[in-house]
Order: sequence, then C-alpha cells, then structure tokens
Amino acid sequence: MIMIFGIPGPLLFGQLLLGLINGAFYAMLSLGLAVIFGMLNIINFAHGALFMMGAFVSWILLNYLGIGYFPALILSPLLVGIFGIVLEKTVISRLYKLDHLYGLLLTFGLSLVIEGLFRNAYGSSGMPYRIPDMLSGATNLGFMYMPNYRGWVVLAALTVCIATWAIIEKTSLGATLRAATENAPMVQAFGVNVPRLITLTYAGGVALAAFAGVLAAPIYSVNPNMGSNFINTVFAVVVIGGMGSIMGSIVTGFGLGVVEGLTKVFYPQASATVVFLVMVIVLLVRPRGLFGKAA
Amino acid sequence: MFGFSRAQSIAFVLMVALIALCPFVLYPVFLMRVLTAALFACSFNLMIGYVGLLSFGQAAFFGMGSYVAAWTMKAWHVDASIAIAVGGLTGAALGLVLGFLAIRRSGIYFAMITLALAQMVYFFCLEAPFTGGEDGIQQVPRGHLFGFLDLSNDMTMYWVTAGVFLAGFLLVHRIIHSPFGQVLKGIRENEPRATSLGYRTDDYKLIAFVLSCTIAGIAGGTKALVFGIATLTDVHSSTSGEIVLTTLLGGLGTVFGPAVGALVVTSMENYLAQFGAWVTVTQGVIFMVCVLAFRRGIVGEIASYLKISL
Repeated sequence: MIMIFGIPGPLLFGQLLLGLINGAFYAMLSLGLAVIFGMLNIINFAHGALFMMGAFVSWILLNYLGIGYFPALILSPLLVGIFGIVLEKTVISRLYKLDHLYGLLLTFGLSLVIEGLFRNAYGSSGMPYRIPDMLSGATNLGFMYMPNYRGWVVLAALTVCIATWAIIEKTSLGATLRAATENAPMVQAFGVNVPRLITLTYAGGVALAAFAGVLAAPIYSVNPNMGSNFINTVFAVVVIGGMGSIMGSIVTGFGLGVVEGLTKVFYPQASATVVFLVMVIVLLVRPRGLFGKAA
Repeated sequence: MFGFSRAQSIAFVLMVALIALCPFVLYPVFLMRVLTAALFACSFNLMIGYVGLLSFGQAAFFGMGSYVAAWTMKAWHVDASIAIAVGGLTGAALGLVLGFLAIRRSGIYFAMITLALAQMVYFFCLEAPFTGGEDGIQQVPRGHLFGFLDLSNDMTMYWVTAGVFLAGFLLVHRIIHSPFGQVLKGIRENEPRATSLGYRTDDYKLIAFVLSCTIAGIAGGTKALVFGIATLTDVHSSTSGEIVLTTLLGGLGTVFGPAVGALVVTSMENYLAQFGAWVTVTQGVIFMVCVLAFRRGIVGEIASYLKISL
C-alpha cells in the first residue's frame, strides 16, 4: 500500500475525491451567486433552497412520472429556471431601486417559504435517489477505487462551470452581459433589452443551482434541509473568493473542497470549520477576497 | 432624560404599564420569552437601524451568552446577577473578536461574513464538550438574585427579566442619543464623509458591534435562567433569521419596533407551534410582505401615519 505523509494512499485519495465533490457543489453554487450578484446586485439567499428544489424536482420526476436521471438533468434546471423567471418578474424586480439588504431579506424569506413547503409535503427525513445504472459501480484507477458516479459528478460540474465561464467571457452574449453589469443604462441605450437580460441571468444562475441539486440527489439523500446545510459554507466561499471573477469562483470552490477533504484526513475535528477559518485568514490578509476587485 | 420625545415618553409609559399588568392576565413564562426576544431584537436593531450593518449571525452571541451563563450557574451555583453578567461578557468578548473580522467589509459582505462566523460558532458548540452537544445544558437552576430574591418563583423571575429588559432598552436608547450615537448615524448615512471629518469609523463600528453583542449575550444569559436550558437552537442560524424578522416586522431603526416585533413573532410561534413547518412558511411570507410592501414595519408605519418618531 502506498503511504503518503504516513497516511494510506487510498484513504487520502478517497477523501480528496470527496473534497472535490463538495468543491464541485461549492463552485457551482458560488458561481451562480456571483453571476446573479453581478447583474442584479442582490445576494440570492434562496440559492440553497433552489438547489434543494432541483434535487426534489428530479425525485418527483422519477417517482411520479417515471422520468429518469439523465432527462431530469436537463428538465429539472429548466423547470427551476422557469420558476426563477416567475420569481424575478413578480417579486425580485421590485427591489432594484432599494438598498441591497432588502434583496437579501426578501430572498431569505423566500428560502423559508420554499423549505417550509417542502418540509410540509415530504417531511424532514431524506428520501433516497438511486444512482443511474450506467454510472453505478466503481473503476480501479490503480491507486484507488473510484465510484463511477462520483467521478461523473466532478466531470459534469467541471464541464458546466467551464461552459458558464466560456459563455460569459468568450461569447457576444457574455460581452453584452458584462457590459450591462458595468453600466446598464448605457447598454440599454444601445438597444439591448436589459430587463430581459436581468431576468435571464437570474434564471441561469438558478438553473445552475438546480443542476447542482440533481447531481447531489444520489449522493446526499433528497431532503428539505440539504440546501441550507450547504449555503452557509457557500457564503464563506463567496467571501473568500470575492465575487469579482467567474474563474475565481470556480477555482475557489474546488480549492476549498479539496482543503476540506485534506483536513478530514489530517485533522478531522476541524473539517467542518476549516472553510470558515480560511475565511478568517483571508479577511485578515486580503479583505476584498482572493479574486475580488478593490473596493 | 434618555432623549425621549413627548410621543416616545407616552409610548414608553404605555410599554412599562403593559409590562406591569400583563403577568396578571397572561402566562408569565410566555411573557419572559417575549421580553428576552425583545432585548435580543434591540441588540440587533442597534446595528442595523443605527449603523446600517446587517448582522446575520446575532445568534452566536445570544447562544454563547446563554451557554456560558447556564454553565456558570450549573457548575458554580453563583448569584443570578453574576450569571447574567457572565453572559453579557461572553457576548462582548466574542463580539470583539468576530466584529474585528466582520467590520472589514460592509453591506451584503458583512451579512455573509457574520453568518459564516456564526456558523463556525455553531460547529464549535456542536463539538465542544461543555455545551453538552445535542442535549445542551439542561436543568440549570435559576438560583437567587442578590442572595435573597428566590427566582424559582415565576413572578419574581418575571420582574427580574422585565428589569433586565428595561435596563437594556434604555441603554440602547441612551447609546443612540449620545454624541457617539450621532456619529454612528453619520457613518450610516455617509461613511467617507465621516472619515474625512476625522472619525475613525472602524473603531466606532467595532464599539457599536461589541455593545450590540453584549446586549445579545445578556439576553441569552437571561433566557438560559428563565427556561433553565441552553441548547444548539440558541446558536443556530434560524435564531439569527428569526431576530432579523422580529426587528424587520417591528420596524428597523425604530425605538419600540423590536419590542412590538418580539411580541408578534413570539405569539405567532406559540400559537402556530402545532402546525409544524407552517411556522417557517408563515415567517417566510411575513419576511417577503414586509420587504415588498411594509418596509417601515409596524411601529414605523404607525409613526409615519401619526407623523411622529417612535
């Protein structure tokens, strides 16, 4: 058996993989938060609830309609995205002229409503979601056995993150989006429908959270609290990374997941708090965040 | 005295009269819950209403105050006044450390940082041996106040709680109306200008934060004595959210808003408790309605209708 720093290799790699998976969720969620914040200037506190909703929609699709995992991977973000459009059009768009904090309070209330409704309907205990047959089993990588589904999650998350980055940084739609983030009235003067762009940005960010939710469904049990368990850590990730850069969110998300995984190997007691400790250090050394713009 | 306007003096006398009469009509333990929640909300209001910083981790200070006061009381059987003071000191110490970190950012970042730091405190309480983990610290004796007032009597405990609340309420009011409080409001309105006038705004924010956390700790310590228990719920982020709701519903930045909000939210929890998760849904709906249509809160709306400041 390979030993690395006195730790058995398979244990180390296993935890690293778990860390990468958590990191994948941090990355997808903080990416959505950053995109929404850039455009709408609100922190979407309901992000965790919408992540949970994504998982639940896939569970509902499977159990009531018999629609499997792969269609759900498309359908669930789509449905939650439409829900996001409705939310943005009906309530969130009323807040743009107010202080940022009202957006935070409103979406916090929204998350309470969504979580409460799901808790009423499905209880607090989790419901299992089976790993699709195609992705069950494990592969021998030589140095460790990797459960196929976990490898798939990291791969899918990475693909979606890079795709989001490419859309925002490399396409003309992304250029319009970035321009509108900088100066919305000017972009509007050029004939771009900025309110629609804002709505679609919110829907996109929300769909990203729902996509993460579907990926998470087979790993964690599908339960109404799965979002709120994640979201506090994701806020710390956002503070650490700063919301200035898309790539920054992705790197910070995956990086902190790995840090968390390694902490689980070397000092398990601190694994729940290590992300927050990193945040403390970043606040002391570089308050604007690793990738944040100067205030 | 205390810088009350005439309308505020009338409202204050009315509030004191209600506090004095209610225990003869309503269940005192319920009223004590309202009073501790009201004091807790006052501490939150000091930050959001007068410094403009939304602390989403206020439960950390309330909960740690509650834990340390409960532990001190149970282990050493000290005087109740000492237990409550220890709760306040805990809040202050924790507030100094976490506040030092949190005030480095403002706006929504401040909210996220306080939330994350409070989550760290929650995990600490979950793991630390002295908090009793999931069980919490139970069967904390109420003890005596100043050696002779037996607090195991609900009515005696009620008067003490009422006294603590009124003292905290007046303290907050005094802070706001002091020259120090005026500077805080200046920082809220225009921080660069306050800086250019020569005020060290970070120091002011930190002092306000520590004061707010001290009061939250006192509220937590008092709560631990009233119910004889300190649990993880006290440090949980849902408690932080609840106190934000309480203050928002009562009226951010109003003097009497936190007290009115505490009365409404606590009663609602009490009467809706049988409906399980519908409490959460109702709270969420109230949040949204407040933000969309009712931003001044109950007291703020009344005050603006009567064209006075409450």
